[in-house]
Amino acid sequence: MKTLREVAIGESVKVVKIHGEGAVKRRIMDMGITKGTEIFVQKSAPLGDPLQVTVRGYELSIRKADAELIEVE
Amino acid sequence: MEIKIALAGNPNSGKTTLFNALTGSRQYVGNWPGVTVEKKEGSLKKHPDVKIVDLPGIYSLSPYSLEEVIARDYLIDERPNVIINIIDGTNLERNLFLTTQLTELGIPVVVAVNMMDVVIREGDKINIEALSHALGCKVVAISALKGSGIDELIDTAIKQASGGETVPMHTFSGVVEHTIAHIEEAALHNLPEERQRWYAIKIFERDSKVMEKLSINKDILAHIEKDIKNAENQLDDDSEGIITSERYVYIAEVIERCYQRKRRAKLSTSDKIDKVLTNKWLGLPIFAVIMYLVYYIAMVTIGLSATDWANEGLFGDGWHLFGDGSAAYEEQAEMYNNSMLALEAFNPELLEEEELDAEVVVNSMRAFTPEEKTATVDVEDEETLEITQMTVYYDSIPEDADEETTVPVSFLEAMAFIEENGIEEPDPADYGTWVRGVPVVVEDWLSNANTAEWLNSLILDGIVAGIGAVLGFVPQMLVLFLLLAFLEDCGYMARIAFILDRIFRKFGLSGKSFIPMLVGTGCSVPGIMASRTIENERDRKMTIITTSFIPCSAKIPFIAMVAGAIFQGSAWVATSAYFVGMAAVVISGIMLKKTKAFAGDPAPFLMELPSYHWPSISNVLRSTFERGWSFIRKAGTIILLSTIFVWFTSYFGVVDGTFRMLEEEELDLSILAAIGNAIAWIFKPLGWGTWQASVASFTGLVAKENIVGTMGILYGAGDGTVYQNIAAAFTTVSGYSFLAFNLLCAPCFAAIGAIKREMNNIKWTWFAVGYQCGLGYVVALMINQIGNAFLGDVNILGLAVAIAILAYMLYMLFKPYRTSSESLAGHRV
Repeated sequence: MKTLREVAIGESVKVVKIHGEGAVKRRIMDMGITKGTEIFVQKSAPLGDPLQVTVRGYELSIRKADAELIEVE
Repeated sequence: MEIKIALAGNPNSGKTTLFNALTGSRQYVGNWPGVTVEKKEGSLKKHPDVKIVDLPGIYSLSPYSLEEVIARDYLIDERPNVIINIIDGTNLERNLFLTTQLTELGIPVVVAVNMMDVVIREGDKINIEALSHALGCKVVAISALKGSGIDELIDTAIKQASGGETVPMHTFSGVVEHTIAHIEEAALHNLPEERQRWYAIKIFERDSKVMEKLSINKDILAHIEKDIKNAENQLDDDSEGIITSERYVYIAEVIERCYQRKRRAKLSTSDKIDKVLTNKWLGLPIFAVIMYLVYYIAMVTIGLSATDWANEGLFGDGWHLFGDGSAAYEEQAEMYNNSMLALEAFNPELLEEEELDAEVVVNSMRAFTPEEKTATVDVEDEETLEITQMTVYYDSIPEDADEETTVPVSFLEAMAFIEENGIEEPDPADYGTWVRGVPVVVEDWLSNANTAEWLNSLILDGIVAGIGAVLGFVPQMLVLFLLLAFLEDCGYMARIAFILDRIFRKFGLSGKSFIPMLVGTGCSVPGIMASRTIENERDRKMTIITTSFIPCSAKIPFIAMVAGAIFQGSAWVATSAYFVGMAAVVISGIMLKKTKAFAGDPAPFLMELPSYHWPSISNVLRSTFERGWSFIRKAGTIILLSTIFVWFTSYFGVVDGTFRMLEEEELDLSILAAIGNAIAWIFKPLGWGTWQASVASFTGLVAKENIVGTMGILYGAGDGTVYQNIAAAFTTVSGYSFLAFNLLCAPCFAAIGAIKREMNNIKWTWFAVGYQCGLGYVVALMINQIGNAFLGDVNILGLAVAIAILAYMLYMLFKPYRTSSESLAGHRV
C-alpha cells in the first residue's frame, strides 16, 4: 500500500482510500481529500514536516503522520 | 418584525470583511459563552431591527471541533431567520462543501459568492443562476472588499427571512437515501418536516452529539443501526465517510455545470511569493527577519516609545508636545546630574546645606584646591539599586579613562556649568511645550481642594496609578496588534504555523505560539493577548498559561539585583533565568497535554494555507482597535481593583494600637507586612521564609519591577548597603530559589487580567494562575532542597519531598502520549 507520505515532492497522485476513523478521518475528508481526489505534493516545510499539498484548487498543510492515513495510487 | 441573520462561511472567505460591510460600526465583539472563541454581533446598516451574528469560520458542521459545534448549536437552537453563507468564488469546490450542509438545516440560505471581481478579472465564469438552481437556494455575486452586490444581498436575505424556502437539491446514492428516509420515518416524524433531513443525516453519520440530544428509543436505534450497517457494507466505507464523499461528488457535478475556468499560467503571483517565503533554505531566515522586524517595531522602537510616553509622560510627570525641546532638556539634565556628582565627589560638605545658593557654591568651589587629581563617588542605579563607584577627574578627563566607571564631567567643567545655569535642577517645562502628566494635574487639584492625605494617596497611588497600569500597556499593544492583524490578513500567519509546527507540536503548542512567546520577552500582557491568533482552543489555552514564564523586561531589574547582590554580578544568572523560563514552557507543555483538562478528542492538524493578498486597511485597523479596547474593558477592572488592594495594604497599618496611614518607609508596619508574616512559613521549604521576601513577592504582583523597590525599602535599614543586607539574608541556594519562584509564579495583575480576558472563563483563569504558582513553588523547592543537599546541608524530609516531585515530573514527561496521528497510525490496515 502506498500512502501520501511516500509520494515524492512534485508528484501528483489519486486518493484510493482514507484509513483511520473518527475526528481525524472526518477532518481529512471535510478538507476535500476523498476517494478519487487528485493531490499534488507541493513541498515539505523547511524542517521536513508538515507537507504542503494542492487539493481541489487550494493549498493545504498536512502532517506526515496524518498523510500516512491516506492511501494513494 | 425582528430578523435574525447568521453569517456562516469558511475561514479566509472574506467573512470578516463582509460582516464589517453589512454592519458598519454597529457591532459588538465578545466571546461565545465560556469559551475562548470570539463572537461578533451587530445590526444591519439601514435596518436597525435586523440582527446579524458572525459564526466562527468553519469548513464543516462536524461534531469534532469547538468552532463547528458552536456554529451548529447556534443554528439548531437559535434557528436564525436566514443564513448568509459566504463562499470564496476563487475556491468554489471546498467552500460549497459547507453550503451542502447548511441547506439541509431547513433554514432559508442565501449564498454570497465573494471575490467576484477577482473571478471576472482572471477570465473565469460562474453561472449564478445555474448555481442557485443546483443548490436550491438564492445566490448573489458580491465583492465584500469593493462593496459591490452588498445591497442586493441584504434585500435578498430580508426577503428570504420571511417566507423564503431552501430545499437541498443534492441527493446521496440510493441505499443511503433509503436509509435516511427510513430514519426520518422511524425516529423523526415528530419534528417539522423541513428539519427532519438534517437530523436524519446526522443519525446516519452516528453523530454522538445529535443522538444524545434526541434520545431515541433503543429498539428503533437498533433497527436503524442495521440499515446503516447495510449501507456501509454495500459502499465499503463508514457512514460518515460515505456522506462526505458523496457531497464532494455532487459538488464536482455542480462545478462542471456552473463554472468555467480559463486556462492560465501554472503559477499565480501567490504561488510565486510562497515559493520564496516557505522555501526549504530561505524559509527559516526570512521568518527570522520578519520576527525580528515585528519585535523591533512593536517592542523596541515605536512600541517602546509609545509605552514610555504612556508611563512616564501621560501617567508620569509629563511630556514635551511633539518631542519639542525634549532633547535639549535631556542634555541639560544629564549635564546637571553629572555636575552634581562631580561636586559631591570632591566636596561633599558643600551639598549638605538645606538651601543651596549658586553663588556660595561657586565661590567655595573656586576656593577649593584638591589634594588629589581624582576623587570617587558612589552612584546608585535607579532600576536595580546596584551601587557603582565612579571616578571624577579634577581638571580634565584622560582619553584612556574607563567610560563605565568615569563621570563624564570634570570638577572644573561642573563649576562652569553651575556658574552659568545655577544650582537648581533644570525644569522640563522651560524647554519647549511641556504638557503635565495626569498624576501631576490631579495632584494639583487635590492640593487646591485641600483633601485629606489618605484620599490624595488613594486617588494618586491607588486609582490613578491603577488606571495608568491599564492604559500604559495600550499604545504598545496597538502597535503589536496592527502588525499581527497585517500578518494574519495577508496570509503569512498560517505559514508561521506551517514552518514551526514540527518543533512546537511536541510541547502541545501551535507554531503560532511563537509570537506570544517572542513578544513575552518584552511584556507578557501583549504576549498573552497575541494568543488570539491561534485557532485551536487547546493550543491557545496552553499558550496563555505558559507565555508569562518567559522573563519579561520588567523582571530584568530584579534578575540583575539577585545577580548583583547574591552572585557577585555573575552573567550566568540572567542567562539561566531565560533557560528556566523556556524549560518551564516546554515542561509545562509536555506535562499539561497529558492531563485530563487538555486531553479529549484528538484533532489532526490540517490547515488551509490561504493565498497571499494585500490586507484591507479598514479590516486591519478595526481588528487592532477591537483588541485594544477589549483589553481595557475586560482586563481593566481586575487590574485596577488589585492595584488598589495592594496600595491599601501597603500604606495602612496599626501603629502603637492605632490604625493609620503610613509613610513609604514604614512598610514594615503595614497590613501587607502582617500578611507577609502570616504566610512566610509557606516559603520556609523554599529557603526564604521571611516576611520581607514574602512581601516583596506580593508587591511584584502589581508590577515585577516593584520587587526591587520593595527589597530596597525592606533591606535598606541598618548598616551596610541594600545589596550587602540582601547578601546576608540569602544564601546562593535560597537566593536562586527566590529568583526562580518569582520568575515562574503568578505574573503581574495586568498579565492576570490579560489571562482572564483571553480565557473568558474564571475557572480557567484560576487554573492558569494556580498552575503558575504551583510550578514556581515546586521548582523553587527542588532548587533549595537538592541544592542544599549538594552543599552538605541535608533536610531529610524536604529532600524526600523534592525527589518525589522530581520523580513525578519525570514520569509525566516521559509517560507516552498518544497524539491523534500516532494513535491512528496504529490502526493502519
